[in-house]
Amino acid sequence: MDINAYIASGILELYVAGALSEDDNKDVYQLMRKHPEILQEVLEIEAAIIELTAATSNNKSTAILQSIKDKLTFTPSDTQTKIITITKPKYNWLTYTGWAAAIIIGAGLFWTLNQNKTLESNLNTVETENTFLEEQISISRAELADSKELLDFLRDKNIISVPLGGQGEFANSYAKVYWNQEDNRIYLDAQGLPEAPSGKVYQVWSLKLDPLTPTSLGTIDDFNTDDNKIFAIANAYNSEAFGITLEPEGGSETPTMDQLYTLGMVSAPAP
Amino acid sequence: MHLDVLISKFQQKDEKAFGELYHMYGDSMHGVIYNIVRDHTIAEEVMQDVFIKAWNNANSYSAEKGRFFTWILNIARNAAIDKTRSKAFKNSRKNLDAEYFVDILQHSDNLDNQTDAIGIKKFVSQLAKKCIEVIELLYFKGFTQKEASETLDMPIGTIKTRNRNCIKELRTIVLK
Repeated sequence: MDINAYIASGILELYVAGALSEDDNKDVYQLMRKHPEILQEVLEIEAAIIELTAATSNNKSTAILQSIKDKLTFTPSDTQTKIITITKPKYNWLTYTGWAAAIIIGAGLFWTLNQNKTLESNLNTVETENTFLEEQISISRAELADSKELLDFLRDKNIISVPLGGQGEFANSYAKVYWNQEDNRIYLDAQGLPEAPSGKVYQVWSLKLDPLTPTSLGTIDDFNTDDNKIFAIANAYNSEAFGITLEPEGGSETPTMDQLYTLGMVSAPAP
Repeated sequence: MHLDVLISKFQQKDEKAFGELYHMYGDSMHGVIYNIVRDHTIAEEVMQDVFIKAWNNANSYSAEKGRFFTWILNIARNAAIDKTRSKAFKNSRKNLDAEYFVDILQHSDNLDNQTDAIGIKKFVSQLAKKCIEVIELLYFKGFTQKEASETLDMPIGTIKTRNRNCIKELRTIVLK
């Protein structure tokens, strides 16, 4: 291809003017890249046209530049970014500290309130336990008093001890009667008796032997629930023996002999 | 900075690149626009429209399609011609068709203290009417070679050689 003839054809002047078709433009572009002379020619044509057209402007364009710039959005410059990065941490530090303080104070208050509640609840529990312990102590004192009374009774010189042996099929059971003839009272230690079946009660009898005359001293209604199984019973009779039978609830007029659990003689007859 | 790099930065919305390209082509575009509208206020409006449009459509330009100068020259000419077609413009200004760019040069006092402009003024005064006509149509008005050929009633080949010779003459004056 003849480069000089191509340049001389005037196509490059039209190229700069924008008077060629799209396809022609692409051809010129390719040739410019291949041949530096063509590119140089285009640059000179362009420069001349710029000079000519600018000459009709009266140099007004510089004054217009700012009004154009005001209407454009530029990519943020480095300086603006820096301002943001400096101010942001300050803002964040204050904010975060404020929030952190608020959260800590809030949590502290909540914790204190909670702690107070727990303490009040603990105090209530302790007070309840205290009341319960006081009751226990009072019960223990009463029991101690009972035991002392019992001990005093047993140590009395006038006491007669009467062991009651198991009878018939109840040979394994036993009981003991402590009798103070001075104050007409007996203490029955019935620990050796089995629990009374439902609907039945033990009944204590004072016996005269000749002729055999049983006299009821009463039923032991609270046998099953009593802890120490020691029962105080009034006895104004001149008893020669004591017996215990199992009777229907409410007791019987006469002892049911086949339900006689224990029986014992008074060794020293009443004076 | 190399023109390719400058244009690429301009396409990435770089303010400096925009400034440099404006410095390179601003006067030229203003000259073309003013030659068409013949009013400084309107020319300023059109200048704003042109560079904002170029900014917003920067990515539609590629070197394959033509020179960057030609691309922005096209935007400027079209915007200015659109302006002259608006009703408001037509009502205020009537007989622009008879005027050529040479009128501006011949009636301008500002040009006197600029070496290039003095040369251009001298060049213009020496130019034959056939040169003025063809330069006006191809560069200031944006006619295609076919449109210019029809308007001036001469073959495309003649337009090409005549224009080539006129520009050659211009180059000897302004690029020395």
